[in-house]
Amino acid sequence: MQRVAVVRFPGSNRDLDAVLAAERVGSEAYYVWHRETDLQQADVVILPGGFSYGDYLRSGAIARFSPVMGAIQRHAADGGAVIGICNGFQILCEAGLLPGALVRNARLSFVAKPVDLRIERTSTVFTNAFSKGAKVRVPVAHGDGRFVADAATLDRIEAEDCVLVRYLPAGTGIEPNPNGSDRDIGGVCNPAGNVVGLMPHPENAVDALQDSQTGRGFFDSMAAWQPLVARG
Amino acid sequence: MSFRIHVRVMPRVGLLDPQGQAVEHALGALGFSGAGAVRVGRAIELTVSAASRDEAEARARQMCDRLLANPVTEDYSVEIED
Repeated sequence: MQRVAVVRFPGSNRDLDAVLAAERVGSEAYYVWHRETDLQQADVVILPGGFSYGDYLRSGAIARFSPVMGAIQRHAADGGAVIGICNGFQILCEAGLLPGALVRNARLSFVAKPVDLRIERTSTVFTNAFSKGAKVRVPVAHGDGRFVADAATLDRIEAEDCVLVRYLPAGTGIEPNPNGSDRDIGGVCNPAGNVVGLMPHPENAVDALQDSQTGRGFFDSMAAWQPLVARG
Repeated sequence: MSFRIHVRVMPRVGLLDPQGQAVEHALGALGFSGAGAVRVGRAIELTVSAASRDEAEARARQMCDRLLANPVTEDYSVEIED
């Protein structure tokens, strides 16, 4: 059984959703407060959505210096799984664990709606249950979700197969790129595939009462993933 | 000694600045014709204790590199009050 640590920062708000989604696939999920430095032998660390530190200065800029982040850096370096969703993705970029940055949506407004994604890479902790090119519908809820990087970095991300998911181009029945992200990138990973960042919220697309259940595949992937190293 | 530092953080040139665009459109709507290339950034003021002006500036730049500016998307400038 996977041990899944869901990190809570002041201002996290999708922490319970992450715990419930992890429990749904049989994981043992628990909270870790951001001031703690012990991940309690986690296999997977989830940085959930929300507005850590009120998004002061920049989204994720303050949270990345929380005491727990040192333990997460070591966990990732040892091959442990780390998943940042929405604000968690912003924190991972600010921390330098993932490339690029997430800035104000191109049309400024906060967007909260379903979007359609294409799975670009399947050899990661969070996407191994999908087939490459699979289409999933998952909601977004963000004001600072536009993924940007300079052209050389974008080229490197693509060359190293580090695009996790892309928003689909606009078309009939398709909810497209909601924020103006460079190259329609909705999520990225590190080259090893154990550190993943995703702007949409798969934890909010897992239940029959929700708009879609295709977010479940991200958590099925997590449950199927075999840790490469002993728990630290 | 204590130095008063003014940090100016701006979105990198070439990066889409939707806030600047929105302000530019609003200025046009208000009849301020001829206002263009509007960009919106952030100003941060702080006091730094240091032995010299050079040391104060160096410390302020370290603060910018680590926290005050995002090296992926922003550029900054540092000024010290006389």
